[in-house]
Amino acid sequence: MALLQISEPGQAPAPHQRRDAVGIDLGTTNSLVATLRSGTPTVLVNEAGEGSLPSVVHYGEDDSITVGHAAQEYAVTDPMSTIRSAKRLMGKGADDLPGTWLSDHYNFDLTSGPMPAFATNAGPKTAIDVSAALLKELKAIAEKSVSGELVGAVITVPAYFDDAQRQATKDAASLAGLSVLRLINEPTAAALAYGLDANDSGTVVVYDLGGGTFDISVLKMQRGLFEVLATAGNTALGGDDFDEAIVSMLCELASFSGELSSGAQRRALQTARQVKETLSEQESVSVDWHIEAETHWSGTITREQLNNAISALVDQTLTPCRRVLRDADIEKSDIRAVVMVGGSTRVPLVRDRVSEFFEQPVLTSINPDEVVAIGAAIQADVLAGNKPDNDLLLLDVIPLSLGLETMGGLAEKIIPRNTTIPIARAQEFTTYKDSQTALALHVVQGERELVADCRSLARFELTGLPPRVAGAVRVQVLFQVDADGLLTVSALEKDSGNLASIDVKPSYGLSDGEIESMLQASMDNAAGDMQQRLLQEQKVDAQRVIEAIDSALRADGDIHLSSEERAAIDELIDNLKNSVKGDDSAAIKLAQESLEKGSSNFVERRMNASVKHLMAGQHVDAVAAQLEESEKPQDAND
Amino acid sequence: MIVDFSKNHFDLFDLAQRYELDETQLTSKYQTLQRELHPDRFAAATDAEKRWSLQAASLVNEAYQTLKHPLNRATYLLGLNGVSVDEETDTQMDPMFLMQQMELREALGDAEATPDPLKALDSIASELSSGVRNCQTKFADAAEGGDWAAARATVREWQFFDKLKREVKAIESRLDY
Repeated sequence: MALLQISEPGQAPAPHQRRDAVGIDLGTTNSLVATLRSGTPTVLVNEAGEGSLPSVVHYGEDDSITVGHAAQEYAVTDPMSTIRSAKRLMGKGADDLPGTWLSDHYNFDLTSGPMPAFATNAGPKTAIDVSAALLKELKAIAEKSVSGELVGAVITVPAYFDDAQRQATKDAASLAGLSVLRLINEPTAAALAYGLDANDSGTVVVYDLGGGTFDISVLKMQRGLFEVLATAGNTALGGDDFDEAIVSMLCELASFSGELSSGAQRRALQTARQVKETLSEQESVSVDWHIEAETHWSGTITREQLNNAISALVDQTLTPCRRVLRDADIEKSDIRAVVMVGGSTRVPLVRDRVSEFFEQPVLTSINPDEVVAIGAAIQADVLAGNKPDNDLLLLDVIPLSLGLETMGGLAEKIIPRNTTIPIARAQEFTTYKDSQTALALHVVQGERELVADCRSLARFELTGLPPRVAGAVRVQVLFQVDADGLLTVSALEKDSGNLASIDVKPSYGLSDGEIESMLQASMDNAAGDMQQRLLQEQKVDAQRVIEAIDSALRADGDIHLSSEERAAIDELIDNLKNSVKGDDSAAIKLAQESLEKGSSNFVERRMNASVKHLMAGQHVDAVAAQLEESEKPQDAND
Repeated sequence: MIVDFSKNHFDLFDLAQRYELDETQLTSKYQTLQRELHPDRFAAATDAEKRWSLQAASLVNEAYQTLKHPLNRATYLLGLNGVSVDEETDTQMDPMFLMQQMELREALGDAEATPDPLKALDSIASELSSGVRNCQTKFADAAEGGDWAAARATVREWQFFDKLKREVKAIESRLDY
């Protein structure tokens, strides 16, 4: 589609079938999937009519996987294999576990890989596995609801997620067989949802307090253009912590000082949630709490008591609020709206404190549980190419600084936080010993000075450097952050121009090979129908490429191609058309790749023609030349 | 060969190569370019198009961020005129200026111990802001007149103010926690 769009700005592309895309809010407590129906964002429901899928997965002894409400049934009888709040563990390592909510509630297998795995009836399951099970269910709900082929999904992540956590989310989508159009930040999605009514400009604050994460973001909206000015937050603070605080209060009221068994703990948490929800509507609630086998407690709890129990936690959210205002360099009086997101913002104390802090009423007109999924669905529709003339453009930032370890265990920032993405920055290094032929690099993310206080993302080994005196070999390392906020690193030995070989060891998460083998394993299990589906997807994808290139050729193939070049591309198209008629998945893939490769010159020429148009013809050579350096680092300017 | 695209940051946004610039034009041209080049426009495109878009959008972002921030823009303009601002090899500074910097630094060190640290920091911050404004005027004049030595000296002073401003922010943020 983009082939057409860019060559003829302002013109609508040829009529085409609507491409169905969905927005997914993969939450700590609940997950939702939404899509646009006749232009109206709608949360999709399952067969039982439920729109909100509890983010709970149960693993049975017979390897059965149960998801959502059905899985919640096992929470009391089989707590260790009933996984909730797995999102808290996305992209985390074993050393992140101690002292967390999850480590208190589950048994972990730390031997099965670099990522800690929940020890379940069905063996070790990582947070990525659990999230993939949730995404599979959401995908199934979506496929039943949409009419055509599902082209992909926009999945939301907390704005504060680091690289490893975002990568883990994308890995989970791959495992679920879901094509990701884009990862976007949850608060940004919420602003998009409210942005439908905001035609004018203004600064918006999004306060997002979910089950397990807190995010605060400042966005600038301007005629359909959204720019994230700053984000801050806490990846380990949310409604779950409120529930814990309420359980503590209940224990105190009941003078219960013993240890709760894991089943009793869950019952206590359920009681706490009921108390919290009822007190959001009423001033007091009578509670009958079944503590353990023979112990009960009943009494009345007032909203004031609830407020006292959670007051300190609510105040903890205000610190990042101050910080984000400072980072965005704005005053409270500049803020046009404060959008409330996440079920925990139903708690009156939260609304009151936030409203007091920002000195204005807070916005709650869109259901705070659905607002993120709705915004994601709007963005998915745009990305799927259904609105070529749409002005909506999301300019996002990276939430945490990216850097490298330097001498003495210090972290040197290469790309500071809140830099607009995508972005590329290069840094030069020299050898420090004579005849040094390798260079070790350690990529970290975070704001602290010491590497030990930052998050380790990956370690790189550059080998094959020419042996010279110290300082004579210069290596340029390029950091490229894409529009999903994901980092890739490449390195170039400057004098010879050779790409040094890089050995990447992701600190957490999965390598491509691991994803492939896990996918293979899941396919073996699901046998034939999965193969069939893959083939079907392959065919749809091939068809899309054929159509795009066909229409581009019709539009201006004669301008950019000699007759020999044209004939070569035509032949490749015919090849692919023939393969699509058959059922050989590998042959289709091969033919498609050949076509994409064979037409890349044509695509590039059209692009350059389009850039020429954009830049009034003056500087296109420089841009084009720069782009031809695609495999090499660029000069960074700080 | 590494292509030196840096020469074209101003050109990319159709701006004259000088310090004073039309911020409205910069931002509006930036938005026009991103609307066409951003990877969101290529979410359903081929891998080659996606890669192209990623690189083009990265470049436009880098250029925009360089020109948007006054100190970055000034430093960049010096670079375009063959002048580099190397902090380490050059220690020659106006003694009066260094004296002022020392006093500011001392005031900053004492601020946290005063009864109202945020107020003390505010007063330092406003002195720094006026220092920065002064640098901006001096730089613009020097650059217009082609006096790159003076322009460079101004940027070096400006960097001192900028560093102190960042330290003020860091202390403020520490006091908040």
